[in-house]
Amino acid sequence: MVRVLKLELKGITKRFGSLVANDHIDVVVEPGQIHCLLGENGAGKSTLMNVLYGLYEPTEGQILVDDKPVTFRGPGDAMAAGIGMVHQHFMLIPVFTVAENVALGAETTKAGGFLNLDDTRRKIQEISDRYGFDVDPDALIEDLPVGVQQRVEIIKALVRDAKVLILDEPTAVLTPQDTDELLDIMRQLKSHGTSIVFISHKLREVKAVSDTITVIRRGKVVGTADPGASTTELASMMVGRAVNLTLDKAPATPQETTFEVKGLTVIAPSGQHVVDGISFDIARGEILAIAGVQGNGQTELTEAILGLQDRVHGSILLDGEELLGRSVKEVLNAGVGFVPEDRSVDGLIGTFSIAENLILDRYDQAPFAKGISMSPAKVLENAKTRIDEFDVRTPSGSLAAGTLSGGNQQKLVMARELSRPLRLFIASQPTRGVDVGSIEFLHKRIVAERDHGTPVMIVSTELDEVIDLADRIAVLYKGKLVGIVPAGTGRGVLGLMMAGLSPEDAHGDAAGSHPAPPTAGTTAGSPAETPAGSPAEPQSGSPAAPQATKQAPAAQPVQESRSGAVGDDHE
Amino acid sequence: MSTTAATSPVPGKPLKPQQGPTHPDRNHKPAVSAKPVTWKLPVTLLVLAVVAFIVFGLLGPHGTAKFGISSGGDFFQLPAIEVPAYLAGIVLSVIMLGLAGYAMFLKTKNVRPPRWLPVIFTVLFVVSFLIWVVGGARTPSISLAGLIAGSVTLAVPIVFGSLSGVLCERAGVVNIAIEGQLLGGAFTAAIVASLTDNPYLGLLAAAVAGALVSMVLAVFSIKYVVNQIIVGVVLNVLISGLTGFLFSTVMQANKEMFNSPGRLPIIEIPVLSSIPVLGPILFKQSVVGYLMYVAVIVVWIGLFKTKWGLRVRAVGEHPQAADTLGIKVNATRFWNVTLGGAVAGIGGSFFTLVAIDSFTKEISGGRGFIALAAMILGRWNPIGAFFAALLFGFADNLQSIVTIIGTPVPSQFMAMLPYLVTVFAVAGLVGRSRPPAADGIPYVKG
Repeated sequence: MVRVLKLELKGITKRFGSLVANDHIDVVVEPGQIHCLLGENGAGKSTLMNVLYGLYEPTEGQILVDDKPVTFRGPGDAMAAGIGMVHQHFMLIPVFTVAENVALGAETTKAGGFLNLDDTRRKIQEISDRYGFDVDPDALIEDLPVGVQQRVEIIKALVRDAKVLILDEPTAVLTPQDTDELLDIMRQLKSHGTSIVFISHKLREVKAVSDTITVIRRGKVVGTADPGASTTELASMMVGRAVNLTLDKAPATPQETTFEVKGLTVIAPSGQHVVDGISFDIARGEILAIAGVQGNGQTELTEAILGLQDRVHGSILLDGEELLGRSVKEVLNAGVGFVPEDRSVDGLIGTFSIAENLILDRYDQAPFAKGISMSPAKVLENAKTRIDEFDVRTPSGSLAAGTLSGGNQQKLVMARELSRPLRLFIASQPTRGVDVGSIEFLHKRIVAERDHGTPVMIVSTELDEVIDLADRIAVLYKGKLVGIVPAGTGRGVLGLMMAGLSPEDAHGDAAGSHPAPPTAGTTAGSPAETPAGSPAEPQSGSPAAPQATKQAPAAQPVQESRSGAVGDDHE
Repeated sequence: MSTTAATSPVPGKPLKPQQGPTHPDRNHKPAVSAKPVTWKLPVTLLVLAVVAFIVFGLLGPHGTAKFGISSGGDFFQLPAIEVPAYLAGIVLSVIMLGLAGYAMFLKTKNVRPPRWLPVIFTVLFVVSFLIWVVGGARTPSISLAGLIAGSVTLAVPIVFGSLSGVLCERAGVVNIAIEGQLLGGAFTAAIVASLTDNPYLGLLAAAVAGALVSMVLAVFSIKYVVNQIIVGVVLNVLISGLTGFLFSTVMQANKEMFNSPGRLPIIEIPVLSSIPVLGPILFKQSVVGYLMYVAVIVVWIGLFKTKWGLRVRAVGEHPQAADTLGIKVNATRFWNVTLGGAVAGIGGSFFTLVAIDSFTKEISGGRGFIALAAMILGRWNPIGAFFAALLFGFADNLQSIVTIIGTPVPSQFMAMLPYLVTVFAVAGLVGRSRPPAADGIPYVKG
């Protein structure tokens, strides 16, 4: 009954003016396969998929569906041919219900053009039941957590009978738990005969689900790889040079403790304690990583330190001086460097030049300003030095910062924050949406700052990053500090702590209920506990296998944490 | 509802047994509490209630306010209501204080106040205000029926204008040009009806003229991506100048031929039109008046119950999402703006075919902007906009009645009231007013 579809892209070239985004790309998606397009940000993966989905017209080349050439004039044509797409930034209307979003564009109507949403509700229920999505058709999208919104996107494609589903960077917005659930869903879809084009630059996920991997670099296909290939191999194919994935860092040599947070509480406008009585300290020459699922108070914690939050109680001491109650400017001048979690919103001004962005915090100080006048020459000179030092890939410092790729924007923000003497360095999500090559660089800079003797605080929802960087790990859950554990604590333990279990309980549970490797892929962070090279194993089993582990007691709290954490997401 | 989720029809497929049927609710709870209940509403209500208690109650007039209900020709006659102004002021303001207290109580429990609460409060406030005004007047007696019927009449062009705004802005185009569309409609209706001696043709021409004005807005704001507010303002000035010029050069020169449109007849529905108060409002109107009711209902049903409406709203909220689903964003916007213009044009014909039977310069007198305010106060909802427009019509009418019966309050203050209400409403005190997310943002592909 399930029709399968073979999809072929032949010599696709897409130019925007003089820029060649795709250069003669050939890709064949065999029916019933998970085909991964691996490549760094800006390699041209999304452009290619937008061509395939009818959003862009290719400059050259052909799309073949079941060996017959087709032309897509718009997404409507692509959908009619059985292609569905889940965009990186969800294409959902926040004030509509799930049913309305799913119906949109393919509405079933009664006489006179009246909507028949019951029909859509029934279809949603059917799909939701088949894949265990658990989506309420009448919920408003804006009330749903990101993970559920993504399922709505998948339902949207399935309702339209998609035989090939394009997932564009689907895990970029997900928590580790949600990511693992998504990978399960992908396997299920595959077993039901849906082919999947999975676009990603995250090697662990790619290796875990793919049947075939096509690597794209700078708009060209540089080769195909086997999912069994090692991560280092894949990474170097993707980046085009040897990449060191494991961060070489010397053990920390903590000196005196200069940064102290005591009983910090932040109250949201709703009256909720989003940060609730947190105490910790960081020594000079030490990295403390704050781990936790997004929305558990991390944002408010960093903002409170910087002076961006209004209702804060407790004490924040830097070098024995109270930071609380000072203006942001005073906090910055006290030597606090801050990389905000969303660089494009809080980190830089897209329409300002790179040079201007590099002095946003010091525009009124020497040598950039004299009295009320600025000296543009000094600003540009500074830009040249920083661009070189931080390897920001740009032809000129006078270009708008918004034109840079994500990784280069992040280097820019980091360059600004690290370019003055610091007494404390805070980086929130330092490598979110950043390509592998840049991650390596950014991590090295953070460690260098630590070795320079600065207390460093990293906030990350990426367990990989926390484990790579941290000298100590503090886990936040619902605004409370669950515990502080040393570096080297296992992923399983950390995952359970992120779900609110105390370190002691987490240790017990993690030891007790993870007897066999096949648990990978479902529980919090366990995939990495299986040795590198073997994550392909669990998915080769029957699709029923993940279910078994879902019911395992250890997995349950993690599930709970997701819906629990969701509330905080929507503050 | 999704209790079936617990039993997957496909055995062996992963589902989340432990989450079962209760899960959707769990998804919702945090979201609900995430939108905090604020002090805004309770505090506003309390302030208003205290003002009412002091001004309408304690300092209120000691006379008796008389409200006539039936008019002479009604089917059956009802006696006039006589209200002791002082007592009524005290009683009503105490009820208002009670409502404000209830809102405060709910806030302390972190419960969102029910939607009827501010509505009832507003009604009580308006009623006590009315009693206060009339009770203190030299001739403390007005016809309630006349007051309401007059309000509806004055509200007609505002309702059409606000519907035009709703149609445009729900699709994501800001329509500041309502004033120009009303004026264009009024002018064209007058001239076409005069030339053809047929007011119905004038009505039709008014719709076409409004649509044409709107098309200019659509072309510049959608195709050439010019700032929509600037185009709108320029259009208003342009139409005002153009009609003013044609009025003085053409219409004034030959009034008989170009500016004597004749009136649209008032169609009275037998029996029903003699129902006290409601009869004249609902069943004793011109074609334009009846069309107003039809338009409000049709636009509401269209926007919220049909496929067309779903697509229009999608385009106004998240055009990119609509585009990825194969909906033609800019075409949808273009036709919606055009339709909005036609609706406003019909509203404009009210001035020259119903209210008076000739055109004069600036005959719309800024009602296009009031319509814009009504749209916002009505939260971009046709029915909300209708009642907001009625409120403005009511204030407008009250102002002239107050002048006639003679009250201590200067009528200019009365005229300011609706704008004061709008400012508060737009500031979000009366309720959350959220425009369509992509309102005023042009959609450029890619």
